[in-house]
This record gives sequence, structure tokens and C-alpha cells, in this order.
Amino acid sequence: MRPYALDRRLWIASLALVIAATPAAAETIEVTIDKLVFSPATVEAKVGDTIVWVNKDVFAHTATIKGGWEVMIPPKKSASLTLKAAGPVDYFCRFHPNMKGRLVVAP
Amino acid sequence: MLVRHTAALAALLLFGAAPLAQAADKPTDPQIAHIAYTAGVLDVEAAKQALKKSKNKEVLDFAKDMVRDHEAVNAQALDLVKKLKVTPEDNATSKALTKAAAEERAKLATLKGAAFDKAYVDNEVAYHKQVNGALETLLIPSASNAELKSLLETGLKIFQGHEQHAEHVAGMLK
Repeated sequence: MRPYALDRRLWIASLALVIAATPAAAETIEVTIDKLVFSPATVEAKVGDTIVWVNKDVFAHTATIKGGWEVMIPPKKSASLTLKAAGPVDYFCRFHPNMKGRLVVAP
Repeated sequence: MLVRHTAALAALLLFGAAPLAQAADKPTDPQIAHIAYTAGVLDVEAAKQALKKSKNKEVLDFAKDMVRDHEAVNAQALDLVKKLKVTPEDNATSKALTKAAAEERAKLATLKGAAFDKAYVDNEVAYHKQVNGALETLLIPSASNAELKSLLETGLKIFQGHEQHAEHVAGMLK
């Protein structure tokens, strides 16, 4: 076998590995709301992941980004959002602005 | 009217400020349940007045939030007192709160439009601040039943949230 062919095959093999390893499947990450607390308060995620807020309170809450999106989370219900943009964002509940959370979204 | 209102609030604060010095005045669980429940009912009544009188969307939304949250927390309170077989007991603090709220409602009834909105929201900030002070310094430390204490702690977080929400609405009315 000529060195060139070997190189080429190695190259294809390593390319295949890279393709297999890189696009990790989108995940669903749960954030619980209990007694007016987002838990975990900080979530690390990536673009394409879905955040599901599970509201255990009898109160309606929101996950709101100032000047950005808002998710309404009715009492004893869940609501979700698929992350479209990378970057860290702080969110809060518009009804109870003392409730705060943070999403750190990787590209 | 304003003086009496302030005096009632001051009485509540004073009562709350020195719980150790006035150990004899420490409210019992049935009294605490009554005070917390009354504080919620009064805020719902204030909100219902705003829902009738205001035309400002921010104020109306805020008032609806107050009705929804306080009715939800009071439903929990009723379930709890039933479960604990506690009968809420009327007391001087509940009476002072009720009297002050009636006076505030009478004052607000004479106002219209932007003047009403501002007075209602400003009073909501003051009222929630007041109740938070009482919860933190008097009601929560005095509660002996763990479940009652826990519900009061959730109530405090709700009230603190409302205080910030009211401050935000007050800022938008300026």
C-alpha cells in the first residue's frame, strides 16, 4: 500500500470520529420551581437543548428575560423552551422578581 | 385618617420590632394564622377596588396578580388550619390591619385616574413592606408549628416578590 492511500484512509477514519463525537444530541434539562425558588438556579446547556420548568407551587410564575423571551409557567404545570441563542442569560419571574435564575448556553 | 392609618401600621411594626422584650405579647399560632390570612384578604380587597377603578393595564395586571396569588396562599392557609385543627383567632393586630385597610380604601375611593393608580400602587409598596416586616420579625419567629412556619416563609417570599413587582409598576407610572 502506498503511503498516500494509508494517509487518506486515516484521514477518513479520523473525520468519521470527529463527526460522530461533535453533534451531541439535544438534551432536556429540568428546572424545578418550589416555594418560589428556581432549582438549580444556574443551568449549563447548549443551543438546541430544551429547558423544562416544573412548577410545584400553587402560584403562576414566569421565566422572563428583560427585553427578550418569556415563558409562562402555570401553577402545578410545566412549560418549556428550546434554546436558540448562545451566551449566559439571567432570567427572573415577572410576578415575583425576587425569583432569579441563570442559563449558561454554549454554542 | 392618614394619621390613624400610620399609627396602626406603627403599632404593628413596634409589636414586631421587640418580640423578645415583649415575650408576653408573642402571638399564638391561632393568632398568627389569623393575621396572615387577614393580611392576604385585605390585599385582595384592595386589588378588587383597583380592578373596578383603574384603566391602566400595568395596574390592572398587577391587581389581578395580587388576587390570584393571595387567594392561592390563603387557600393553602385554610387547608393547613383545617389539618392542624387550629381555629384562627382574631386579635389586636388583625383588627388594626383591617381598620387601616378600610381607611385606605375610603381614601382611594375619592381618587380617580392617574391619581388613583399612583396612590394604590404606592400603598401596595408600603403595605407589602409593612407585612414583610411583621412576618420577618414577629410572625415567623413566633410560630411554633413547623408547617405554619413553613407556609409563612413561603408567604414572605410571595410578599417580597409583590413588593418588588409593585415598585416596578410604581416606577412605570412616573
